[in-house]
Amino acid sequence: MSTLESGNGGVRLGPNGRPVRPFVMPKRFTGKLWVWRYTILRRITEIGVLLLFFGTVHWGWTLFGQRILVGNLSASTLLDTVPLADPFATLQILFTGHVLQPEVLLGAAIVLVFYALLGGRVWCAWVCPVALVTDLSSWLRRRFGISPGVSISRSVRYWALGVALVLSTLTGVAAFEWVSPISMFHRELLFGAGLGWMAVAGIFVFDLFVVRDGWCGHLCPLGAFYGVVGEVALLRIRFDAPTCTHCGECAKVCPEPHVLNLKKAAEAGMIRSGECTNCGRCVVVCPEDTLSFDLRFLIRKHNLQSSSAALADSSSTVQAANQGTSS
Amino acid sequence: MSSSKTASARRLFLAKLGQSAAMAATGGLLWGFMVEQQVHAAHNVIRPPGAEDADGFYAKCIKCGQCVRDCPYDTLRLAPAGMRIPIGTPYFVPREIPCYMCPDIPCKAACPTGALNPKLTKIDDARMGLAVIDMEHCLSWQGLRCEVCYRECPIQGKAIIVKNYPRKLSKHGMFVPVVQAEYCTGCGVCEKACPTEKAAIRVVQPELVEGKIGEHYRLGWKDPGRLTEEFKPYAPPSQRQEGPSGLDYLNREDEL
Ligand code: SF4
Ligand code: SF4
Ligand code: SF4
Ligand code: SF4
Ligand code: SF4
Repeated sequence: MSTLESGNGGVRLGPNGRPVRPFVMPKRFTGKLWVWRYTILRRITEIGVLLLFFGTVHWGWTLFGQRILVGNLSASTLLDTVPLADPFATLQILFTGHVLQPEVLLGAAIVLVFYALLGGRVWCAWVCPVALVTDLSSWLRRRFGISPGVSISRSVRYWALGVALVLSTLTGVAAFEWVSPISMFHRELLFGAGLGWMAVAGIFVFDLFVVRDGWCGHLCPLGAFYGVVGEVALLRIRFDAPTCTHCGECAKVCPEPHVLNLKKAAEAGMIRSGECTNCGRCVVVCPEDTLSFDLRFLIRKHNLQSSSAALADSSSTVQAANQGTSS
Repeated sequence: MSSSKTASARRLFLAKLGQSAAMAATGGLLWGFMVEQQVHAAHNVIRPPGAEDADGFYAKCIKCGQCVRDCPYDTLRLAPAGMRIPIGTPYFVPREIPCYMCPDIPCKAACPTGALNPKLTKIDDARMGLAVIDMEHCLSWQGLRCEVCYRECPIQGKAIIVKNYPRKLSKHGMFVPVVQAEYCTGCGVCEKACPTEKAAIRVVQPELVEGKIGEHYRLGWKDPGRLTEEFKPYAPPSQRQEGPSGLDYLNREDEL
């Protein structure tokens, strides 16, 4: 019942009675740029963060006379004062039973609060350097129509998260940090290369030929960790249900398409799952402007406003008649 | 009908859960193996001051490299993958750049986790390794006057001393360097300075070369009090000390 075939010229209608329109890439370059806006911004933040680390030590970048960012994504110091640390790595160390210095604990808390505000896996889409590689393989997959390959459960990552913590206790060292391709990648970009690229190339090939979105969407325990954080995160994708025609364009571009369960999204008024990476791919392709970035506590209010606005301006349109029959 | 249906659904669910747990265990074992391989990748890595394994260095180090960045001599490096050095941890190669033993220990100060022991306040107390001399290739031990290591050592006159050593068929002795483990920090300045083609003095992890005499040896000439006070060969068994003590054992009447 999601779409209805109507009599007027074979136009498909959505459950809200509006005609289903596909996403069309604008012809003009400025239009294209507008569609790519989040992708461009994400590349800027991903590469920018690495560049801040690199520039600080290799080109002596400073701000107010303080070194900008020293360390790497596992732990660092911002402007020679603010400690930052990977909360998952810190958690693993705590599971080994060792006592840590307050500096790293404070750093992990700062980063945790930051991602709890901005949406958990916002780390995955906007900062993690491995996303550059996995995005490339998923783009190549779409470009050359490579078959989806093997299917595995998306919940494997939560098992990996649990195993990482248990193994940290058993082996006495932070178990994921000692094998993490993510850490190897940024560490070797910033501190000199070794064979870490082999692990990253492994992920690339795995994603390209074996499992679609295999690493980031199924296996990565760090992504799973931030997924859990995302369950309570403040910044979410708002879903304005009355405008949605169920065209399905959003799910085509989403790296975690199961989060775009439109029925659940309509009930919640947003994409609630923490597995959503806040990448914004869906936002830009939605032809009805149903999806947008919003803050969790404002979503209900904005949805009410927009549906009353929709009711107000629909009185004279064809859609109004259709809405009347379908309700 | 419906109860048997839920029962079979439950059985299916439990079977699936069991299977997932078994897969997690399999993956966990392989994963644990990889981790153990990494941690024990090499026995002889020279690490920054305060990085002592006994204090949980490998557990606490988050591999951030802030110690590397704050070392003013560029001594430290972060181990990349595939080097047979525990991955991502800081280390140094004394023959290339040794640790120059900064009094304020900036590497330790930069460490956010405490992997470099925050209680280390005097650099002379650091134990990064222990210098050992290869007598067969040390110039001084061949009878030449080198002693470069002795002169370069920051703990001069303590960590390395020069001793007179008699030489066969000659009335001239040799002056040879001798490392005193009690004082050596393992900074590697000597290894860097040694003029031989390959260093005749090397910093290694102490546990690779250090032995242990054992409690039951009593070096009476070093510790004279101990012998006379404790040696009671004719004491009845009830008054003897706990544990096997060499001399007591040899003189035990009841076992003769
Ligand atoms: S899932 Fe893992 S590798 Fe992928 S972007 Fe997130 S943290 Fe990085
Ligand atoms: S004590 Fe000084 S020279 Fe030695 S490793 Fe630390 S910062 Fe470098
Ligand atoms: S600063 Fe500390 S935690 Fe960071 S790499 Fe050095 S020893 Fe490890
Ligand atoms: S490593 Fe060499 S230079 Fe450094 S304290 Fe020991 S003997 Fe002296
Ligand atoms: S510097 Fe080398 S060759 Fe010279 S005395 Fe020391 S160990 Fe021997």
